[in-house]
Amino acid sequence: MASRALYSPRHPMLKKRDSFEDILEERRHSSDLRYALRCYTPTLYKGLVPCKASMLKSIVLQSDHLQYVIKQVSSESGDSTECVAEEASLILDEMAHRLQLSTVRFFVFTLSKAFKRLFRSVCVNEEGIQRLQQAVQEHPVVLLPSHRSYMDFLMMSYLLYMYDLPLPVIAAGMDFMSMKFVGEMLRMSGAFFIRRSFGGDKLYWAVFSEYVKTMLRNGYAPIEFFLEGTRSRTCKSLTPKTGLLNIVMEPFFKGELFDVNLVPVSISYERILEESLYARELLGIPKPKESTSGLLKARRVLSEDYGSMYVYFGHPVSVRSLTEGKITRSQYNLLPRCIPQKPSADTHEFLNDTAFRLVRIQEGNMVLKPWVLIATLLLQNPDGMDLSSLAEQTDWLRHLALAFGAFLDWPDHAACSEVISCSLALHRHLLSVSAGHVQLSVTDAPQVETTPEEAVFHQAVVVLSCASYRNQILHVFLRPALLAVAMQSANSNRKDDVYNCFNFLRNMFSSEFILCPGDSVQDFEEACYLLMKRGVLQVLEHEIVMSASGHSTLAFLSSVLDPFLQGYQVTPHTQCANLILRRFEISVFRFLCVFVIMASGRLKCYEALSSDLQKNALAAFLRLKAVMKVKVGDQVTLKVNKIAVNSLEDTLGKSDVISHQNSWWSSMAMFEIAI
Amino acid sequence: MASNSSSSTAQQRLRIIAGHLQKRPEDEHPSVAAQECKAETSRSNPSSATPVPKRRQEIMKWNGWGYSDSRFLFNKKGQAEFTGKRYRLSGLILPSLKDWFEGTFGANLQHKSPATPTVNLSAVAPPDLNEPFVEDLKAAGVAMSHDPEDRVFRAHGHCLHEIFALREGRIGRVPDMVVWPSCHKDVEKIVELACKHNVCLIPYGGGTSVSSALECPREETRSIVSLDTSQMNRILWIDEKNLTAHVEAGIIGQDLERQLNECGYCTGHEPDSMEFSSLGGWVATRASGMKKNIYGNIEELVVHIKMVTPRGVIEKSCLGPRMSTGPDIHHFILGSEGTLGVVTEVTLKIRPIPEYQKYGSVVFPNFQQGVACLREVARQRCAPASIRLMDNEQFQFGHALKPQVSSIFTSFLDGLKKFYITKFKGFDPHHLCVATLLFEGDRGKVLQHEKQVYDIAAKFGGLAAGEDNGQRGYMLTFVIAYLRDLGMDYYVIGESFETSVPWDRVLDLCRNVKERIVRECKERGVQFPPLSTCRVTQTYDAGACVYFYFAFNYRGLSDPVHVYEQVEHAAREEILANGGSLSHHHGVGKLRKEWMKESVSSVGLGMLKSVKEYVDPQNVFGNRNLL
Repeated sequence: MASRALYSPRHPMLKKRDSFEDILEERRHSSDLRYALRCYTPTLYKGLVPCKASMLKSIVLQSDHLQYVIKQVSSESGDSTECVAEEASLILDEMAHRLQLSTVRFFVFTLSKAFKRLFRSVCVNEEGIQRLQQAVQEHPVVLLPSHRSYMDFLMMSYLLYMYDLPLPVIAAGMDFMSMKFVGEMLRMSGAFFIRRSFGGDKLYWAVFSEYVKTMLRNGYAPIEFFLEGTRSRTCKSLTPKTGLLNIVMEPFFKGELFDVNLVPVSISYERILEESLYARELLGIPKPKESTSGLLKARRVLSEDYGSMYVYFGHPVSVRSLTEGKITRSQYNLLPRCIPQKPSADTHEFLNDTAFRLVRIQEGNMVLKPWVLIATLLLQNPDGMDLSSLAEQTDWLRHLALAFGAFLDWPDHAACSEVISCSLALHRHLLSVSAGHVQLSVTDAPQVETTPEEAVFHQAVVVLSCASYRNQILHVFLRPALLAVAMQSANSNRKDDVYNCFNFLRNMFSSEFILCPGDSVQDFEEACYLLMKRGVLQVLEHEIVMSASGHSTLAFLSSVLDPFLQGYQVTPHTQCANLILRRFEISVFRFLCVFVIMASGRLKCYEALSSDLQKNALAAFLRLKAVMKVKVGDQVTLKVNKIAVNSLEDTLGKSDVISHQNSWWSSMAMFEIAI
Repeated sequence: MASNSSSSTAQQRLRIIAGHLQKRPEDEHPSVAAQECKAETSRSNPSSATPVPKRRQEIMKWNGWGYSDSRFLFNKKGQAEFTGKRYRLSGLILPSLKDWFEGTFGANLQHKSPATPTVNLSAVAPPDLNEPFVEDLKAAGVAMSHDPEDRVFRAHGHCLHEIFALREGRIGRVPDMVVWPSCHKDVEKIVELACKHNVCLIPYGGGTSVSSALECPREETRSIVSLDTSQMNRILWIDEKNLTAHVEAGIIGQDLERQLNECGYCTGHEPDSMEFSSLGGWVATRASGMKKNIYGNIEELVVHIKMVTPRGVIEKSCLGPRMSTGPDIHHFILGSEGTLGVVTEVTLKIRPIPEYQKYGSVVFPNFQQGVACLREVARQRCAPASIRLMDNEQFQFGHALKPQVSSIFTSFLDGLKKFYITKFKGFDPHHLCVATLLFEGDRGKVLQHEKQVYDIAAKFGGLAAGEDNGQRGYMLTFVIAYLRDLGMDYYVIGESFETSVPWDRVLDLCRNVKERIVRECKERGVQFPPLSTCRVTQTYDAGACVYFYFAFNYRGLSDPVHVYEQVEHAAREEILANGGSLSHHHGVGKLRKEWMKESVSSVGLGMLKSVKEYVDPQNVFGNRNLL
């Protein structure tokens, strides 16, 4: 049933969502200590009592799969099987969680305190919890939360404890392990650690996948991992990874489990704890290494107000119904199941498709606050807005967003201006408000003299921070916006022209946004449907015509994508010379951008500085063959295909950024000389 | 002669009883075993010694399973009883069946769904006879009939939809006539005439098919002739030097076994349907017998097969035990399901009747342990004649068939046993499962063998649970088809199906298929959870045969048979997805045809088709099974 919901054409207006309960409410009125020590009796899968960590370890090490790989590795490397088995055991020690209720209780106590200080409320859809309670008893469960903050998985475990659900085991990056004490604490609260990359390491892969599968097969605990792989620094959902998804689905493919329930969870923050940290990271200041002292220093965040937090547990999605008609399980009949098998092309496509759809479910269930709308408008008006016109436009935008199915949490019975001033207050560090005029600007920048570069940098931090809020609503506007841009750049109003253009844009932005591969027609139709319903377009048999009243909506929509279009236009030029792709090069490049933007003085271009955008643009150009990887010796060089870039430019249309091309070129030349 | 044979059987029985008695002192519960309840047709009962008549309907049900005089019913007191005199269970009261039945299916004895009492002959279409063919046959002196009852009886097997339709008085396409050849020569004549006059022949053996194999193809426009082999039922010779017997293929299992027993031999081939199924049918479907661990399945039992095809007679030139002469032509015949010709005579291996037989049972704390034990038994290649593992649901089902206990002492002992297993040993009555065992051979070896198996079982937490539990387990397979008729009187429909699967997938397959059945029933509006149960019935070196029972209460459904078929279809899909085979011994028929290509690859199917094309280009054997 769940799958049908997943695949049915979306009718945004019909989407029914659960209501929220504030879980902090009760915490504010009763003892945290007593709460942390209360009797915890989770509902279990088939009444199974979770097994001890040591027991789990021996099951994994004795498993046919691991034994097979150990023998294989041993015969390939010439090491004795004992030796390889020992290595496997060490890997497992490094990886395994050691979930302990006492540690969880400690976390529950401290987090109760912390959450109460950080957040005004933590809202959870209790119907989702009830569904989860049901799902946990029926089949093994995989929790798939969105990932915006370190807070995410702490909050997940906290909530599951709170609702007497089995505590999840969480796939975490190795980075945490390096944190003294805290790493171990996390381990004892259910985290298990995986290396960030272990490409060809068969043994590691076998230990890791068997470890996850054993927990899943036996239903010892829900598995939790992040489809996006890492925290999204931009608050846009990231292109999902399929490795772990394959691991958790394989027991079903191979008949070891009747079904697996996937539960997408959307966690959204009114204000993100790591907000400015992310912006800095995007601008090239490396992420501070996870360390305990760093964590202690970060205490400062405790003194600020982060508004509300929302956790939405989506409908469980049954893997069995997802695969119906898509995966022939009998393909696994002819190989002993303990022998690792790479997913077939079909399976791979299925995994990819499913991962995208799950992320879209996550997106759809993210709660959007009024500030998101305001941020969108402020970014489009770099010179600031009057409060009155801001109020007016926000209200307009609110109705547009709702019509497109946004999950907007707009306070009932509150005047628009009141809502806006509340939002502005919460995010005052990004704004300057004077005489009824609001503008994005640095307010808490140090008063000491700064160099122009630093000033630009600080401004860029504000813009990127603000963009991370606008990004939260992008998925709502994305398809209509692509259509709006396509209509502008298409040669005619003919439907197929517009569609081709739409398809091109969609293809170009496929690393930037969550666009399910192969859903091009569906997306196009969805965009047409939404805009038609809004009275912006008329879709005739062969033509798409803008209606008289549609101009403002289309203009707004296309300007939503402006920063990205500009960013993509800038990127190929910066890479005109055959730059060698090396670590330091990126930072030099960024410096260069700062330089250029200083020269041009155009606010809109700040977003082009985001390393995320540049990375995605590069991926797009590689995909579109505008840039090619050339191997010279042991170095990979990027080569620009001038013809392709020119035709790209033709399609994207000339924008004002191009007018600065000359300065680009000259700076590039200078730069090369400098090297 | 008659007295002679009966005295030798009597001696035989005496030996077996003597064996039981000698064992007694060591046995824990003498009085439990004393009240026997074996369900097989008692072999010494002379009333069943008559061969199958041409008019089957005189002794068998036209719209249900088995003999007309034997059926389950709920008497006025609401107690279940089994009528007739043929079976050990006959005439006994089964006090716990009602509660089990009502509890399992949510059925109610007030809600009856009785069958149409008699065949509505007007519903039978008049025969479409091929007159020249009939004339020629008459001239050849072959027995025939176009009586509607005879024709209706041969138009179906025992699939649920077939029996359900008959009970409702619905009759579809039936054969236009029935012929009864009495020997190989008759069959040759019939096939020759059928080719000459282009009529469609459908061979009919015991009529126990559960694959829609006997259904007349709707698209068939020719006159359909059912070729009933039941009158070809003689043992032609017994070769005691080579231990083989040459038998006409129409003989049914119980007659073959009884007649061989009279000479001190047996084939040991005991499929669950052996009371009614025929030797030719076994060959045509690749049948499997309960005691295959000692005697082998049908393909290991046959030494020589004679089959009449439109191209002529196919057979090997000698009785050598094995040959390397290209692909074994027997394997074109075995499993051909009546699409290539009629098996007329078969030379079979025979064995001296075993000196000693002993039932046994082992209780396991759960199904996993049981399967692990069977796997170990198979690994050590020490499987007894039969070893079967019933899951918990089936164990409870078997328990519900316990006849009324004769003394307080017995019921006290039963209670004590239950207490010992559930309380003292800590077995959960909702998880425990039971393996039933049958040992055969000379006494010393049987006892030794028994110990070996029980020792293995002990390693997997198994507890010996006595002989009568074992025996009752086997009884279940003989009466299950009668029980289905009882269910159908009270809005419960069901059927069994089977598969074979590698050892490592047995558990997963059982769990997934059972769960799939439950889920599909729920999704299709079945009001009460279905009975979805399985047992592992055969062990092999590389895997096992798994048998499922599936039944549900269909009150409130407008088209129960359709729901049933959808669920069964889904269950088969699930089996295939979990690495199970399309069929272990029931065959493909028309019911499972759609999966043949997937099962044997398109090249494989092409091979089979080209054989059919060569052997029977006119499609005289037009039952359209398999391909």
